[in-house]
Amino acid sequence: MAHATDTKSGTRRDFLLLATGAAGAVAAGSIVVPLISQLAPDQQTIAAGAPVDVDLAPIAEGQAIKIFWRGKPIFVRHRTKKEIDEALAVDVATLRDPQTDQQRTKAGHEPILVVFGNCTHLGCIPLGTAPGEPKGDFDGWFCPCHGSHYDSSGRIRKGPAPLNLPVPPYAFTSDTKIKIG
Amino acid sequence: MSGHSSYVPKSGFERWLDARLPIIRLAHDSAVSYPVPRNLNYMWTFGGILVFMLVAQIITGVVLAMHYTANSLLAFNSVEHIMRDVNYGWMLRYLHANGASMFFIAVYMHIFRGIYYGSYKAPREVLWILGVVIFLLMMATAFMGYVLPWGQMSFWGATVITNLFSALPVIGEVIVSYLWGGYSVDNPTLNRFFSLHYLLPFMIFGVVILHVWALHHVGQNNPTGVEVKNVQKDTVPFTPYATIKDVLGMVVFMIVFGWFVFYQPNFMGHADNYIPANPAATPAHIVPEWYFLPFYAILRAIPDKLGGVLAMGGAIVILAFLPWLDTSKVKSMSYRPIARQLFWVWVIVCIGLGYLGAMPPEGGYVIASQIFTVLYFGFFVALFVVGLFERPKALPTSIADAVLASAKGGSAVRMAGAATAEPNVKG
Repeated sequence: MAHATDTKSGTRRDFLLLATGAAGAVAAGSIVVPLISQLAPDQQTIAAGAPVDVDLAPIAEGQAIKIFWRGKPIFVRHRTKKEIDEALAVDVATLRDPQTDQQRTKAGHEPILVVFGNCTHLGCIPLGTAPGEPKGDFDGWFCPCHGSHYDSSGRIRKGPAPLNLPVPPYAFTSDTKIKIG
Repeated sequence: MSGHSSYVPKSGFERWLDARLPIIRLAHDSAVSYPVPRNLNYMWTFGGILVFMLVAQIITGVVLAMHYTANSLLAFNSVEHIMRDVNYGWMLRYLHANGASMFFIAVYMHIFRGIYYGSYKAPREVLWILGVVIFLLMMATAFMGYVLPWGQMSFWGATVITNLFSALPVIGEVIVSYLWGGYSVDNPTLNRFFSLHYLLPFMIFGVVILHVWALHHVGQNNPTGVEVKNVQKDTVPFTPYATIKDVLGMVVFMIVFGWFVFYQPNFMGHADNYIPANPAATPAHIVPEWYFLPFYAILRAIPDKLGGVLAMGGAIVILAFLPWLDTSKVKSMSYRPIARQLFWVWVIVCIGLGYLGAMPPEGGYVIASQIFTVLYFGFFVALFVVGLFERPKALPTSIADAVLASAKGGSAVRMAGAATAEPNVKG
């Protein structure tokens, strides 16, 4: 190959060009990964987002509390018999986001409803948790921003929101305690 | 359009520098001897006004950053500190906040002018697309700047707008989490928004340089849409003609700007943003800044979340395709009887969408938003169709002819002997 010209392929020069290019691409990629990855939630944020325990004992029937987990509000509601019956009586097929009340509560703990407190429309916080706040047409929550009504199971019933209030991952650790997360 | 350089170094130092870095020659050729169409009207002064606004925003912004603290616990108070304690802090902040609104007023005038006079048509497509890129960067910059005071509107505006990305299938939730740097809008979000808010204006500056480069390469459009044919007859030198006209436009603009800053500094803001951010309570009525309202109305007009986001993005991106959506060869709508009417209807539609974006999304407002959204996009379809059959009015044979015809009473007479009738205005 003493007289290799530019027109020949498969030369050592081609190999060097490809190898250098590949090494450069790997090097560029290896700096892009940390640059993108640093945007993700950091370790402190993740640690602060660990599961939280909630004591249900102080929540009397008909009351609800608002807690924060991972910076988002969560409603924990101790429902009355009437509210549970209303939630069960709904024909699921008529719902915008069909879910039964059983799918949204834990068996044996039907009075307790745990849902994220951001309206699924554009993220406002619906009213209906504190005493005296309007609960909407379906004994649940009412979002004042754009008029979404949620029922006593946190399901969207009326207004622009597309989805039910999501149920966060949680489990009962005893009869009166839950762990969210 | 730019011919040979007419720069003549006047001193030994200028000759020495010109041989090494011809920067004075560049400035002379771009801002002194550069030929501009002699019929430009005051709508053409908004380009210069926009450069002024960009520089003003950068200067006031750099100064504000010396006193601002990008931390969710300190940000709100640091803004109040600027307002109460820093010498002239109130003025600098009001200049910067109202400057954003004035910047958008100017850019909307600039865009409407470009559409009316067909400034996006060949050979100015790249110039136009660079403008759309600048517009997008401006929107991102303005949005992130509005988050920095960390008031209620800042926080909830950031929540609503970043949540738009969650509408994207599959990757949406990941993107939102990477935007937030957490599980909700919080301190990491504020920090990165501050960093980007400081960066983006310089990126805008870079694209503005490309925009002006493209402009000076192809030459300015003008109210007739007829290209320059004879530099001697059709153009005048940038200085003093365009310079002095731009300065007058700027001064008038600054009077309006000053009126807002000194008499109505919060007119274009929201009272809710003087309440510190509270993740536990949403303001009753979340609205973005006025300059986003038409797009916000389109977002809310579509009953589907993803569809709304795509329509809103499409409303901006469609502008970049305007050079190919408009099928007419005639640039200026002054000579297009049908397109001109469509244009004015579209201006009303844009203003109407702005009004609807500020209204609560209920009942009649939603239906009106949907009709106006259809009309907004319908304009582009109509331009495509109308261009195929519209009979334009007779175009003047040259810019000089058009100027001289209107000087003689605006009659449609096209003078063959325009050259001889031309007054000697060249210095």
